[in-house]
Amino acid sequence: MVRKSTVIAGLMLVIVFFWSTPFLWTLVASFRPDNSGGIHMASLLPDFVPTWANFAEAFESGDFAVYYVNTAIVAFGILAIQIVTISLAGYAFARLDFPGRDFIFYVFLLQLMLVPPILIVPNLRTVVDLGLYGSLLGVMLPYFASAFGTFLMRQTFRQIPRDFEEAAFIDGAKWWQVLWHVLLPMAKPGLIAFALVSLMAHWNEFLWPLMVLNEPSKQTLTIGLASFALGTEGGKEWGLLAAGTLLVMFPLLALFAVFQRQFVNSFMFSGLKG
Amino acid sequence: MTSIATHAPLLSAVRRKRRTLRARLARRAWPYLLLAPSLLLLAAFTYLPIVRVVWDSLHDKVHGTTATLFVGLRNYSDLFADKAFVQSVVNNLVYAVGTVPLSMALALLFALALQRSGRINAVMRALLLFPSMVPLVAAASLFFFIFLPGVGLFDHYLGKLGIRGANWLGDPDVALWSLIGITVWKNAGYYMLFYLAGLQTLSSDVLEAATIDGANGWQRLRHVIVPLLAPTTAFVLVIALINVLTQVDHVIVLTKGGPSNSTKLVLYYIFEQAHENFAAGRAAAASVVSVSFLLAVSLFSLKTMERGAHAAS
Repeated sequence: MVRKSTVIAGLMLVIVFFWSTPFLWTLVASFRPDNSGGIHMASLLPDFVPTWANFAEAFESGDFAVYYVNTAIVAFGILAIQIVTISLAGYAFARLDFPGRDFIFYVFLLQLMLVPPILIVPNLRTVVDLGLYGSLLGVMLPYFASAFGTFLMRQTFRQIPRDFEEAAFIDGAKWWQVLWHVLLPMAKPGLIAFALVSLMAHWNEFLWPLMVLNEPSKQTLTIGLASFALGTEGGKEWGLLAAGTLLVMFPLLALFAVFQRQFVNSFMFSGLKG
Repeated sequence: MTSIATHAPLLSAVRRKRRTLRARLARRAWPYLLLAPSLLLLAAFTYLPIVRVVWDSLHDKVHGTTATLFVGLRNYSDLFADKAFVQSVVNNLVYAVGTVPLSMALALLFALALQRSGRINAVMRALLLFPSMVPLVAAASLFFFIFLPGVGLFDHYLGKLGIRGANWLGDPDVALWSLIGITVWKNAGYYMLFYLAGLQTLSSDVLEAATIDGANGWQRLRHVIVPLLAPTTAFVLVIALINVLTQVDHVIVLTKGGPSNSTKLVLYYIFEQAHENFAAGRAAAASVVSVSFLLAVSLFSLKTMERGAHAAS
């Protein structure tokens, strides 16, 4: 008799295979030499000599280098400012006692739900009023504060015993020295968790930058890929599209490979994105 | 001279008092100063926009000027009179019913099947998680090809089985379900993570007790595991509902709301009104409707959220 767990394992293997076919196809198609859009484009079998031609063409025709730089500026720029704002606010909520603390904390929590995409219309007007329409700063500005990050840092700081700071305070350290030299190094797991979620969210974002940015030279990867996808529709250069998609996904998958455990933890903790 | 001698301590006492007062004031203000950058930004991009969008929804531009005119609820009556908006609400409901229960059920089943540690399970978990890590735009551009009639990945392999595929994105009766398929594919692995974490918190004693009492696999799932995972389910449900309302990247890339409005979701409608039709009042009214729904979900679940986050940490 076949054991039930074996059946389940076999079934899962089949399901996971089907689940992965879109990626499998991307990988195969992006290295397939013939990009004429023939009948074999859909084949998942790598029955060819792999070529870099699709990637080279994607880089030439798609300005991917510019998109990479812009996306990196946006994602890392947001993260850098966020680390400052969430550390300060997280510290205040975790360590200080002040009137209205719980109320303000709930005000923060509420923001977790009111995710920015729903407010694109008024936020776009704010960005226009500030003279930031069309600039990368305009894309970044609404994300400089993060309720989720504040929440995460508050939890992380709370888990650190107070003895360390008290010792530093007795030695005459200032609060910012304590925060920078004592608390932040100990909060590294929380920071990494937040950094992964934030980087991923803003690397992947599409609708908001699409509304704010107007010049080709300022576009991000997702916008570039979308216009790329719409552009190939007529030409049926599917190998090229697969290569372009892979170029957009690759940094994330690489990051995932390196930080797999933290990724899973932070992913789970977040629920909501950066 | 004596006057100086007698006044000196008094003066320094006043100074000291003033200094301690200032120090105390600084100490009082300090927490608020630390919160100020975050609060200002949250106010500017979350709370004020809500006020602004409510105000906008009650006003209309006077043609040819920058002046605005109070129009009461006319934007709302226009909005609900717009067939495209009503259709987008219906579509969004179908989209929610199609994506949320299915992706959550798959997530739970995946988690149950892959909860044991081990290298193969770890790889399979990672592969199921992959779709949730790539941009929705990237997923959409892959499915562009997958759904291609005739030569796409779907039709190619369905054809080998002798099945004729549908016009996945071009048929008004099918297109929304194709988008639902993409969303389930993309999110199930993500929700699986929460169930994996939830399963870890279940004590094995309870499951063993149920097994000893003669409960079979289905009974254990139905009467023990699912009820005990209720907080996780509530948490995932909130995330899934937010996703349903806030993610339309695939609509923009694949269908642009068509064919004949069959894939128009509410946020896409808002995007279209604001971005293409410049109907600010109507876009604002639609935003208010969406925000109210999100607020209702959030107020309802604030407690659950905190519980869920604790369970996951």
